[in-house]
Amino acid sequence: MDLATLWFWIVAFMFVGYFVLDGFDFGVGMSLPFLAKDDTDKRVLINTIGPVWDLNETWVIVAGAALFAAFPEWYASLFSGFYLALLLILLALIARGVSFEYRHQRPDSQWKNWFDWMIIVGSALPALLWGVAFANIVQGVPLDADHNFTGNLLTLLNPYGLLGGLTTLLLFFTHGVVFVSLKTDGEIRERARRLAVRAGIVTVVVAAGFLLWTGLAFGTTWFWILAAVAAVALIGSWFLNFRGLEGASFTLMAITIAAAVFALFAVLFPDVLPASNDPANSLTIENASSTPYTLTVMSWTALIFLPFILGYQAWTYWIFRKRVTRADIEAAPAH
Amino acid sequence: MNDWLDPLLLSRWQFGLTTVYHFLFVPITIGLVVAVAIFQTAWVRSGKPVYLQLTKFFGTIFLINFAMGVVTGIVQEFQFGMNWSEYSRYVGDVFGAPLAFEGLLAFFLEATFIGLWIFGWNRLPQKVHLATIWLTAIGTILSAYFILAANAFMQNPVAYQMNEERGRAELVNIWELLTNPVALAAFPHTIFASFMVGAGLIISAAAWHLARNQHLESMRKALKFGLWAMVVSGILTSLAGDQLSLTMVATQPMKMAAAEATYDTVCGANASFSLFTLGTPDGSTELFSIRVPYLLSFLSTHTFDGCVEGLNDLQAEYSALYGPGDYTPIIWVTYWSFRWMIGLGVAHILVALVGLWVTRKGRLPKQRWIWNVAVWSFPLSLLAMSVGWIFTEMGRQPWIVFSLLKTESAVSPNVSGLDVLISLIAFTLIYGILAVVEVRLIIRAIRKGPPDVGEPDPETGRHEPATTVY
Ligand code: HDD
Ligand code: HEM
Ligand code: HEM
Repeated sequence: MDLATLWFWIVAFMFVGYFVLDGFDFGVGMSLPFLAKDDTDKRVLINTIGPVWDLNETWVIVAGAALFAAFPEWYASLFSGFYLALLLILLALIARGVSFEYRHQRPDSQWKNWFDWMIIVGSALPALLWGVAFANIVQGVPLDADHNFTGNLLTLLNPYGLLGGLTTLLLFFTHGVVFVSLKTDGEIRERARRLAVRAGIVTVVVAAGFLLWTGLAFGTTWFWILAAVAAVALIGSWFLNFRGLEGASFTLMAITIAAAVFALFAVLFPDVLPASNDPANSLTIENASSTPYTLTVMSWTALIFLPFILGYQAWTYWIFRKRVTRADIEAAPAH
Repeated sequence: MNDWLDPLLLSRWQFGLTTVYHFLFVPITIGLVVAVAIFQTAWVRSGKPVYLQLTKFFGTIFLINFAMGVVTGIVQEFQFGMNWSEYSRYVGDVFGAPLAFEGLLAFFLEATFIGLWIFGWNRLPQKVHLATIWLTAIGTILSAYFILAANAFMQNPVAYQMNEERGRAELVNIWELLTNPVALAAFPHTIFASFMVGAGLIISAAAWHLARNQHLESMRKALKFGLWAMVVSGILTSLAGDQLSLTMVATQPMKMAAAEATYDTVCGANASFSLFTLGTPDGSTELFSIRVPYLLSFLSTHTFDGCVEGLNDLQAEYSALYGPGDYTPIIWVTYWSFRWMIGLGVAHILVALVGLWVTRKGRLPKQRWIWNVAVWSFPLSLLAMSVGWIFTEMGRQPWIVFSLLKTESAVSPNVSGLDVLISLIAFTLIYGILAVVEVRLIIRAIRKGPPDVGEPDPETGRHEPATTVY
């Protein structure tokens, strides 16, 4: 495997990390109106992700930077092409990011209400749009001979793209609700478990539709293998949640998302951004990548530092492994 | 096409706006995180509650600010591809690496350990908890280094080789890229300037309370710390800025000519530095000025008989080298931003020295105006920071990468003026609203004053701060 191919898979790994981790943050954010009965409940929900949402979000920053460094052409075509979609994602992430910190700064309920909505919309919009974006990457977009995107926002909002968006929205929602049932206690945990069972059924149906469409249109052997893993894990997750095994259910949800994202990259390979109008204009691993020298430097850096990074992130999750309860929240001062 | 729908112009406005905005929060973060880490270290070592109060007080302000730094930073990273795709294609092979290093080595560190710090009180052993704030501080400083190394490539491209076939610059030596002389000079200057901003905030907050005769114990300590930090980091910033001037003259002589608005090459005593000038806005005709002879020569070459090339000569030289075109930045911007940066910097050092004098041996002056001056430390040090960057970036024009790529060739060809107008309006609105919210929250947190930390644990005699939550 040459270095450019290796970096294709490292980029895939970065996005897997991002979707598995920030995916449940989005789900928790979206679940506020469904799971919280009062302000304490809302704070319980927010505090389940409090210590980790920032590090989870950092995965997309690093994924973006890795894309820039390893595949400048891909980064340039993708980010300029999906301009308005990315603008919406950015605005949503801004609104959501400040809300966690600002919500508790003032006691009045109008203030909190504002930030609740920013968290809800700021979580739902990226959850939807990342799916739209990735479905369109897989499907291909119109590119000119210089690899510049020639469509507009509406080009992206085609049925397949929208189904991709709906799939990630539902997957992240369920992922988040299962996470809540794993990280809370008492009534809210019960509510989360029941909601996950119901949401899980819809998710299974929609995700199956999306994977089948992808497979029939673009499927490769590796795609089918990975898609099968995703499907089995998703159904298993639903079943384990139904039986009340939250930890195992959450693990399988994470595997579902990881396998599904890898499956999309497997379809893409060896292109990175196929041109739907003329295959000659496609961006490929070959014509989009950096020089072997740059990739070597990056490989060594990743090789040396990734173990540390994964180590201290795992340690953080370990430190905050305890369930968050209403009693904790009521007893603790807001910082 | 309508002029105001020009994607280049709008993209430049958007990049300038969002970057300057991002860089309001960055220096506060860098300055405050180190101060908070020092206060917390003092508390862990001495057990004195006043240091715990200071840690908590400035820690809250730091966190309000940090949230903004993070969310505006994501925009920075995406914008290179969104608005400057030709730039990204051209330099990605070189410029991408330091950005990726920043993400891997710095942002992950910051983002992880800040979470541990906020929520780790009482969950982590005291010393481990202290280590988390120091690791966050290291993360912010590392991130500054990598981003400055990336920026330095735009000021002074090194360590690359042109690939004509693919039309791009390619990295040949990572070490040379990371030790770009411009990066080595800009890093201490930016870090010490950030410490000035942190010190400015501490002085402002302490002065506000001391003027009202409240929270005397903790705010006296804070004031003294802030004043000393301002003097020391102010002097270091100036020394580093002096080094940076030398590097700048060596790499971008046009910028120094534009900073001083010297149209003709001048030497020795004639290479004077104007402290203040009244003239036409572009500086081409002078009505009145206060000049220090030799100073420009000294700033640019560290000798008194050096020569500083003028704009006209450089313009002719560049036209011959790079083809016909206008190679002069907008003079009034560079001229005034350079002066405001230096002037405000020197003023801060002087004000802090006077502050140390009037508060010597624990005195607290009664005159209200003294405190009113002190309260301005924070906004004005931040202003010095911003105009410094505006100088650096505007002084580089018309190049986006000096001598290699012009800004006008760097913009995304497929993003329409309307798209950029939409995003520019959206960012202006959301940034504007958040600026109001953030400023109010910080003022509110300052007014609330340091928290009451309660009674120490009866067994250990030390405070055990409770776990905090959102
Ligand atoms: C509190 C802020 C502050 C203060 C007091 C100063 N500076 Fe500064 N200066 C900056 C904040 C700053 C900055 C915003 O951080 C810049 C922008 C780029 C950089 O590296 O630092 C900068 C850039 C900058 C540059 C441009 C470098 C380039 O474009 O390549 C020069 C020549 C100086 N400074 C010189 C000075 C001198 C001689 C100072 C005082 C005697 C001084 N600065 C005080
Ligand atoms: C953090 C402090 C910085 C500030 C305040 C700042 C400010 C600015 C400003 C005002 C402009 C607009 C100039 C114009 O109108 O043409 C600009 C342009 C630009 N800067 Fe910076 N800059 C900063 C750092 C950086 C860094 C670290 C990088 C690269 C890593 C960078 C890359 C750019 C680019 C790509 C442009 C767009 C092209 C242009 O208009 O010149 N800037 N910046
Ligand atoms: C235009 C170039 C810039 C880009 C692309 C950029 C990118 C980013 C990103 C993506 C973040 C969010 C990190 C997180 O989630 O923790 C961030 C925050 C940060 N950036 Fe920038 N940045 C730029 C300019 C600068 C400069 C010039 C410095 C330092 C000298 C800097 C220092 C920081 C620091 C310390 C943070 C941490 C958060 C905070 O300060 O509040 N950035 N930046």
